Amino acid sequence: MMNYTGNPSSRPPGEQTRTPAAPAVRAEDLHVVRGPRTVLRDLAFTVPRGRITGLLGPSGCGKSTLMRAIAGTQAKVTGTLDVLGRPAGHPTLRTRIGYVTQAPSVFDDLTVRQNLAYFAAILAPGRAAADRRREDVTRAVADVDLTTHADALAGNLSGGQRSRVSLAVALLGAPELLVLDEPTVGLDPVLRRDLWALFHSLAADRGTTLLVSSHVMDEAERCHRLLLMRDGRILAEDTPEALRVRTGSETVEEAFLHLVDEATAAARTKETTR
Amino acid sequence: MSTPAAPAPHQPSPHQSSPHQQSPLSPVAPTRALSPIRTTATAARVLRQLAHDPRTIALLMLIPCVMLLLLRYVFDGSPRTFDTIGASLLGIFPLITMFLVTSIATLRERTSGTLERLLAMPLGKGDLIAGYALAFGALAIVQSALATGLAVWFLGLDVTGSPWLLLLVALLDALLGTALGLFVSAFAASEFQAVQFMPAVIFPQLLLCGLFTPRTDMHPALEAISDVLPMSYAVDGMNEVLRHTDMTTAFVRDTLIVAGCALLVLTLGAATLKRRTH
Repeated sequence: MMNYTGNPSSRPPGEQTRTPAAPAVRAEDLHVVRGPRTVLRDLAFTVPRGRITGLLGPSGCGKSTLMRAIAGTQAKVTGTLDVLGRPAGHPTLRTRIGYVTQAPSVFDDLTVRQNLAYFAAILAPGRAAADRRREDVTRAVADVDLTTHADALAGNLSGGQRSRVSLAVALLGAPELLVLDEPTVGLDPVLRRDLWALFHSLAADRGTTLLVSSHVMDEAERCHRLLLMRDGRILAEDTPEALRVRTGSETVEEAFLHLVDEATAAARTKETTR
Repeated sequence: MSTPAAPAPHQPSPHQSSPHQQSPLSPVAPTRALSPIRTTATAARVLRQLAHDPRTIALLMLIPCVMLLLLRYVFDGSPRTFDTIGASLLGIFPLITMFLVTSIATLRERTSGTLERLLAMPLGKGDLIAGYALAFGALAIVQSALATGLAVWFLGLDVTGSPWLLLLVALLDALLGTALGLFVSAFAASEFQAVQFMPAVIFPQLLLCGLFTPRTDMHPALEAISDVLPMSYAVDGMNEVLRHTDMTTAFVRDTLIVAGCALLVLTLGAATLKRRTH
């Protein structure tokens, strides 16, 4: 069972105290063209190491494209995008990043354990690593609370269970950076709380950097730091606390709406003065 | 969640030396040599997937045998015709079945997101392609052994040469089918489209390979086309084994052409795998 003992709802510790100097992700002048349109324009932001950074914004604002760019699976990326000190998509990053797409990407006709065993073999091949792989798989299955379903076919699991199998694959090999695209979508409140507890324990105990996207604003309070996105641009980049204080809002949702209104007003005045 | 006492298996290194220069994004990873361990892991995974689907395995193994049995009694009165057509079919079956199975399997890999995930991991494109070829090649060996054994020992298929050579050609045909399936799956957006590639890619070859009428009897234009289609050489190779006791130069040439085509198409298939999506 998920037996994380920490209290996930407690406010994350002070932002400045633990952030190492070099960020896990650094973007500058970042543009991404996907299909016929420019999805991301002129982004500049950083993701600090060992922290949980929430990427929030309405659906269609470019969150998934940004995550794909960071994971190195997006074409037509221009500008600077450094991930763990290398340009995004660098071959050496492939074992250092765990990336979970929005739709679960696992083999439906394999059991949970067979899925994980295969991906583990790709990450750390060879007979010498067999014992380590077995431990890794067992741990990842336990991390997402699927131990009792380890020998069930992934295709026979519920939607929420399948997305947890997909998450477990990303936990294999203890990557330094986890890029999670809406990992809690469609999960019940208990599971959501447990997953956030897992994310916090990963950051606190293993020093993992997490970038978690969501379009549900109430998840924002659980992050150490937030990137608010809208229409392919970053609206704000700060701690949830600072965002609320700056905008004089009660919740991050209010703060986001406040920032959107501000941006719209600014655009309008620019138009009228022209 | 894992017990909090679990030791952190990995501590992130503080950070690498100054990455702060303006660096253009590297668009492609350097092509890596084939990794035999990852290739066999992939092949084992593909076979494990099939193992959860016994009906598909049964169909793969039984259908060629049933067709040969049927054919034997269709040509009950003319055993010579059964020899020619039977031997040709021993080469055509593995090609068609492996084409179908591979095109659907790799299409599923593309649409389920597992391909994107695997290519974001340290898996070479060659590893994936070779893994598929290895898994379906193994399957084809069993399929061809069953069909060849049945035809030669129970249905009285009269081969002058060694049945082992029949098996060799059948295996190469299976690899060719796997290669073609892999390649066309890149151009199919759905299973409906993938299945339609079967008549589009396989039927013309079936008509022109010399199964129905010798290739030399065709209209010169069609004969020329059949000269560049790989299945023609698969059938020619089978007929060489049928008629000659030893490996003829024609047989060697035919098998080399089929093997070369399979390799070429496999390489083209690898080129359709993209680490980055547009």
